[in-house]
Amino acid sequence: MKLSATENRWKSLRMPAIALALIAVILYLGAQKNFGPVQYAQFIADGLRGGAIYAMIAMGFVIVYNVTGVINFAQGAFVMLGAMLAVTFHEMEMPFSPALRLIVSVILSIAATTLIGVLVERLTIHPARFSSPLTLIIITVGVFITIQGLALLVWGPDAHIFPSFTTLEMADKVFRVNGVVIKAQGFWIWGITAIVLIWLAFFFEKTLLGKAMRACAVNQRAARLVGIRFDRMSLLAFAMASALGAISGIIIAPLLRPSFDIGLNLGLKGFVAAIIGGLVNPVGAVLGGLMLGLLENISAGVTKAGMRDIYAYSLLILTLLFRPQGLLGAKKTAVETGGESRA
Amino acid sequence: MLEIRNISTYYGHVQALKNVSLEVCEGEIVSIIGANGAGKSTLLNSISAVVPPRSGQIFFNGAEITRLSVEAVVGMGICQVPERRQVFSELTVYDNLLLGAYLRLSGGGSRAEAQKDMENIFELFPILRERSKQPAGTLSGGEQQMLAIGRGMMARPKILLLDEPSLGLAPLLVREIFRALHQLRGQGMTIMLVEQDARAALGLADRAYVMETGRIELSGSSESLMSNEKVKQAYLGRLDRHPKRKGAGR
Ligand SMILES: Nc1ncnc2c1ncn2[C@@H]1O[C@H](COP(=O)(O)OP(=O)(O)OP(=O)(O)O)[C@@H](O)[C@H]1O
Ligand SMILES: [Mg+2]
Repeated sequence: MKLSATENRWKSLRMPAIALALIAVILYLGAQKNFGPVQYAQFIADGLRGGAIYAMIAMGFVIVYNVTGVINFAQGAFVMLGAMLAVTFHEMEMPFSPALRLIVSVILSIAATTLIGVLVERLTIHPARFSSPLTLIIITVGVFITIQGLALLVWGPDAHIFPSFTTLEMADKVFRVNGVVIKAQGFWIWGITAIVLIWLAFFFEKTLLGKAMRACAVNQRAARLVGIRFDRMSLLAFAMASALGAISGIIIAPLLRPSFDIGLNLGLKGFVAAIIGGLVNPVGAVLGGLMLGLLENISAGVTKAGMRDIYAYSLLILTLLFRPQGLLGAKKTAVETGGESRA
Repeated sequence: MLEIRNISTYYGHVQALKNVSLEVCEGEIVSIIGANGAGKSTLLNSISAVVPPRSGQIFFNGAEITRLSVEAVVGMGICQVPERRQVFSELTVYDNLLLGAYLRLSGGGSRAEAQKDMENIFELFPILRERSKQPAGTLSGGEQQMLAIGRGMMARPKILLLDEPSLGLAPLLVREIFRALHQLRGQGMTIMLVEQDARAALGLADRAYVMETGRIELSGSSESLMSNEKVKQAYLGRLDRHPKRKGAGR
């Protein structure tokens, strides 16, 4: 297809133009509510906090998708399990100091969730590994529903409490910077997300195992021909994704009173972030998460708090419709890459 | 060394190999020539267990390998360099080569040794050293083929299965690849070479098999096949009619 010069210019200007228009609308709506810089700073702080969580959940989607070509909708269940198991372990009697009790319950929760992730792969994905990606995706939806149903049986419908990491109590320490309120848990979230992402980057760039997983993502057959066992890499991908999910669920637990059903929304938001980031790209997933967090907080802030999810999922639909390769410019669309990695 | 007894391989109901038997001895270069769709790649993939044969047996150094997994066959020292190269395009040249030694390294083999093997490959294909930090997808077709061969060599195979290394390459590059194969042969490497460029293949190989529609039609020493009228007509004739291309190639 040939594009005229003006069309080309319009193409390259489209994204910035849309972004500018969006900012203008936000500022207009904000002005009607008399919002100043403090309010916006608050939205940005909250958005980056939620965005960091989405980023980590999105990484779980990306790792599994890259290695196996499966979009793992059970990811949200891992997030919920991380939070709920941490709550349960924390409620157990332990002859430890409160801080140690928190640490032990966090570690146990991550370990248990990872084990469940491994079981999910072995019991549902592995036996169906020769099926089409669509079948596998539907299986993961089934896994999600099953885990959430079991969680309702185990934990009931009530919301639970997990202490914030700083105070070890429900009430968190709060920092005020020029009128902007930042909870201490936010710093835990940012710090832990940063550490996890740096570790993942190191793992995929520098270690033999990480490179072998990437090789599976690029070309499964060639990977097997150098002796990489694809089924083990698939297992490892699920283990890593469920551990990431658990960590995200745990670090956000003090902020949201976890219950059996938090997995759906958090999992889908992570999925939106992954799609925005192009699905195959870990860095894209992080940027996608942060963008999503910012966008939903700011746009809900200038309109109505109840509209958050509507904005988030509208962004998903718009992305899939107009930029299926992700907003952050990956080369191939997700669908194309999926076909290749399973070829 | 490698002995194939009466294997038949199917894709669903389509039979791609019909009672194929052949043998490769240690230190030999054996070529498989044949037209498109003859079943050459299927043969290599049956050996590598990518498409396991439905009947028949494959032996390697006396041990049956017919039912092994893809990875286990690689572990036996049988390494396939697949058709159309199939390098890991998003990984660097260095990482591609390193992953060639994956089985050894993940089993506790030393990186220093892999590094040494890599030096040998850089000697064989100097261009790869220059490109070692580049993503493999940015290499030219010829360079990718060199990388694919190098990646196969990194496994320290006892036998190398090469699937059409000349595919889609300019004559000059084909010559470069075959020069490298000559060198490997000098080092005592055993090679099974699938080729459509029959002239180049017969020039290099000790023996060859001619495949047609899933069967071995002819076999013998390269010299005898080169002077065989049928082979001349079907596989060597075409090149003779294009003296220009031939001149540029050799
Ligand atoms: N994945 C597949 N599914 C079904 N049929 C296949 C598949 N791969 C190959 N075939 C068929 O098997 C036969 C042999 O194919 P094969 O790829 O082994 O031929 P080849 O000799 O390697 O040809 P070429 O020189 O073109 O590479 C062909 O008829 C082909 O159509
Ligand atoms: Mg072929």
